[in-house]
Amino acid sequence: MAEWGKRIFWLGVAALGALAFGGIATARGEPINAWWLIAAAVCVYAIGFRVYGAWVATRVLLVDGRPTPAVRINDGRDFVPTNRWVVFGHHFAAIAGPGPLVGPTLAAQFGYLPGTLWILIGAVLGGCIQDMVILFCSTRRDGRSLGQMARDELGPVGGGAALVGTLMILVILISVLGLIIVNAMKHSPWATATVAATIPIAVLVGVYMRSIRPGRVLEGSAIGVALLLLAVWGGGWVDQHPTLRTWFDHGPLPIAYAIMVYGFAAAVLPVWLLLAPRDYLSTFMKLGTVALLAVAIIWLNPVLHMPALTPFVDGSGPIFAGKVFPFVFITIACGAISGFHALVSSGTTPKLLTDERDVHMIGYGSMMLESFVALMALIAACVLEPGVFFAINTAPGVVGEGAQAVATISSWGFPVALEQMQELARQMGEATLFGRTGGAPSLAVGMASIFSSAFGQGMLAVWYHFAIMFEAIFILTTLDAGTRVGRFMLQDFLGNFVPALGRTSWYPSVLLCSALVVGAWGYFLYIGVIDPAGGVNILWPLFGISNQILAAIALCVGTAILVKTGRERYFWVTGLPLAWLTAVTSTAAWQKVMSDDPRLGFFAGANDLAAKLAGGVLPPEKAAVAPQLIFNMRLDGWLTVLFVGLLWLILADTGRVCLRHWRRSSAAVPAGGRA
Amino acid sequence: MKALRAFWSWLREVSGDDAYERYLAHHAAAHPDRAPLGRREFFNWRQATAWAKVKRCC
Repeated sequence: MAEWGKRIFWLGVAALGALAFGGIATARGEPINAWWLIAAAVCVYAIGFRVYGAWVATRVLLVDGRPTPAVRINDGRDFVPTNRWVVFGHHFAAIAGPGPLVGPTLAAQFGYLPGTLWILIGAVLGGCIQDMVILFCSTRRDGRSLGQMARDELGPVGGGAALVGTLMILVILISVLGLIIVNAMKHSPWATATVAATIPIAVLVGVYMRSIRPGRVLEGSAIGVALLLLAVWGGGWVDQHPTLRTWFDHGPLPIAYAIMVYGFAAAVLPVWLLLAPRDYLSTFMKLGTVALLAVAIIWLNPVLHMPALTPFVDGSGPIFAGKVFPFVFITIACGAISGFHALVSSGTTPKLLTDERDVHMIGYGSMMLESFVALMALIAACVLEPGVFFAINTAPGVVGEGAQAVATISSWGFPVALEQMQELARQMGEATLFGRTGGAPSLAVGMASIFSSAFGQGMLAVWYHFAIMFEAIFILTTLDAGTRVGRFMLQDFLGNFVPALGRTSWYPSVLLCSALVVGAWGYFLYIGVIDPAGGVNILWPLFGISNQILAAIALCVGTAILVKTGRERYFWVTGLPLAWLTAVTSTAAWQKVMSDDPRLGFFAGANDLAAKLAGGVLPPEKAAVAPQLIFNMRLDGWLTVLFVGLLWLILADTGRVCLRHWRRSSAAVPAGGRA
Repeated sequence: MKALRAFWSWLREVSGDDAYERYLAHHAAAHPDRAPLGRREFFNWRQATAWAKVKRCC
């Protein structure tokens, strides 16, 4: 009887999910509310986890109760058998970054439907599977990292490609994240003062945890979080002060330089001083705010004002160029499938697992939760009036300033008035919200309106700057942790040629490698800041392509392992998402390189700008930066070629390894002898 | 009350607040012949090793 009850329950879940999906897909003209999306999501996740995820874990991966590396080695340092819910917390905190908040916000330019479908389907069939398979493979290999597994399973070419890919994605990721917070902080004394205050607060917490009360993490974090909330309020006070506000009122370039100095300092200084305490604060802030957002959205059930599909699916979108295929799949990387997760799923988490069977809950489950965060961000973006959404997210170089921007955006069929934008900016405590590209400010406006409706009206400005602080603090955490990891990877790599450079505590090497890493992302950040089209248009697709290519590398490793360990019948479990990502990234890269549209193609854009510069039709301020932009677009074009070259190289290597295995196994086993 | 206590011990473990107590327990079981690190030394060592690898994603 219990068996029947279960079946009826799962049939009900499937029917509800289908109903919600049907409602979302067929609703045209009249706005739908957030519950439709949440219902569809919960049903898809439940079935994905309970049916497909469990099937892959038990039938394909064949997880069993054999002792995990943590149990066997248990050295009390790296390998520590840990409670499954604690590992889940660690793993989720590690994979959840700013990516799933920013990507869906930008992809909302296509309407809510493409993003929602990709977030749900991409996660249950792609991202969750990738995370779980890599976690499993690394657990069976004593917690080896993705790079090591690529070298072991595919050979030196695969290993090298994984290393280069990881370094490149780090550089692009950090620069685009830096650009996003520059856009939130430029000429905003409140935001700048609040974000600046997070640095001394982190140092204070670091000193507390090291010297005053060593190792009391929760005490230190509680003090820090209280001070952060105070800093949000204090930023408002600074904003009102006639002299103080001028200290924090800066254009984008000085803020970008300050971020570079900060990144360098965080990579060089001891971790206890800045990086570790900031990470504690950002993790608490992040999990708390995301939970608050989920509660507010479920309680409030806001109406989505964005249509299901906008006219921009044809590729004419103002935030970034390109059609819905392939660019929605590039723009939303984290939240659907993210190659970066493979770095955490290998190396760190496997060393804590007490029971191998938990890869299902931890690998698959954490990614599901991350996907849900992405859906929240999409909802928060689509709650805004579309006209307001585009006014915030479109660069002045695309739609002009003020009245001109309002007229252009209204002419697309998304009406917005200048007074409306001025009133909104006043409510949010900002001078202007026009052209704050990158997704963070519009997400903050969406979150502020949701929070203030749910938890008290009249606090819009405080909620807005709270949201900005929340985004900035963990963007900066990703930025400083990424710079430091990049420094270690570079030192490790250069150590192969000059052994002294590989010594991670030798100061000349530390300074040199940190400067190289900061210089690399600082360059892209600088170009993004001076680009009148906003920079996000160029950098975010580049980041998406590189992240998806890292995912493809991880899936190559997973596929090779499935084939080599006698699971070749099921190679499609990782092979299908791999094929999809290959199609998506190759198409996107082809268009970014070969397109004649100057907004879409890097080389076309460079040639178009060069022709305008030669023809003397550019206004002087644009002509001054044009040579740098032309060089950068060509560089980005070649980078894209390099990324795709890496992908196809590693694909060919995977194909070679799999074919060799098939040939050997068919030679070893007579026909019909293998079940 | 029981759920609250479970949450509190989960929070302590996941944040690393009780890491030193866990280390002492492990050390007493695995190396009873050697003196364990002090609280401060242990915390410094733990932080330094935790940040040399990919710990945070995008």
